[in-house]
Amino acid sequence: MPHIDLPAEYPGIRNLFVYRPETAAPLCSLAQVLLHDPHPTLSAGDRELIASYVSNLNTCKFCTSSHSAIAKHQLGSDLTLVKQVLADPETAPISDKLKGLLKIAAKVQSGGKNVLPEDVEAARKEGATDMEIHDTVLIAAAFCMFNRYVDGLATWQPDNETFYDKMGEQRAKEGYKPTSINFTLTEELQKS
Amino acid sequence: MAHIKLLNEELPGIVGLLNYRPETAKPLLLLAETLLRGPSSLTSGEREIIAASVSYRNDCHFCHTSHAAAAAAHLGSGLGLIDEIKAGLPNTSVSDKLRALLDIAHQVQKGGKHVTEAHISAAREQGATDQEIHDTVLIAAAFCMYNRYVDGLGTWAPQSNEAYKEMGERMAYVGYGKNT
Repeated sequence: MPHIDLPAEYPGIRNLFVYRPETAAPLCSLAQVLLHDPHPTLSAGDRELIASYVSNLNTCKFCTSSHSAIAKHQLGSDLTLVKQVLADPETAPISDKLKGLLKIAAKVQSGGKNVLPEDVEAARKEGATDMEIHDTVLIAAAFCMFNRYVDGLATWQPDNETFYDKMGEQRAKEGYKPTSINFTLTEELQKS
Repeated sequence: MAHIKLLNEELPGIVGLLNYRPETAKPLLLLAETLLRGPSSLTSGEREIIAASVSYRNDCHFCHTSHAAAAAAHLGSGLGLIDEIKAGLPNTSVSDKLRALLDIAHQVQKGGKHVTEAHISAAREQGATDQEIHDTVLIAAAFCMYNRYVDGLGTWAPQSNEAYKEMGERMAYVGYGKNT
């Protein structure tokens, strides 16, 4: 049960957005810029993989499942690739540049000061740009916030892969603008 | 020196990063403004203490000192508050409710799942409302982001407490993302 009195019908962070629209606005806008808006070099799929990877390190079920599903739809892949990345980026079939960025993301998750010049240098050697390194650090940092927000208030986190997949399809298409969020998926989930 | 080439390397801490990437600066500043200076039954001084205390536990010198200086400006307490927050406020008169909310914030710093029903009940017994608990969790979570952003990119920070006096006053009286 959530730690505070939240509207019962919405899962995870959705619930918190409905509860406090004033903070939902900048939070959605941050997710939109970091994950969905066009980026000069990092695909939305790769950015979602970073989000999902960090959420998994923070053991946040809702964020990991949601962003894994969004990554899958953004990449046009199946969930196997995403699961391989979560299990071990080094052996996953992804670019060496993304492997370097995920290494930086993992350091950020364990604490900002753990990112060393040699981690940044290694990513640069694989072709990572300053903007990609900046955005990787901020995506990883932002998910250290989102994950704590969702778990720290003990929100309801469904155990239903179909739900996350449908939500992932919708987010991949529509992004994170609060106005684009509709609640029909939740209604379907409750009937199922 | 920062891990990436910033547009203006004289700007310390998060200031140089906000200047580097205005697209992300906008929501980051609006979030800080809403959480720390927006309408709330917690005073801005109390909310800045929560931000500073979490930043200290994340070992982020820039965020801890600047937000503690902002708290000092709000409360008119002098810069001694900066070291007081590090020590857990032994000589500062704050409400039992704020102490209970700080306990929740310190759990969030370790990880969301560390917050238990007992921490929440303890805060409620001191009169904390749902919205105060919500905002405490989100302030603590947000500073787990800001701190990692500032240190993860290796930004520089002034050392002395005095160097943060004006910055803290500006954060308290002008706000976040305001041009005036």
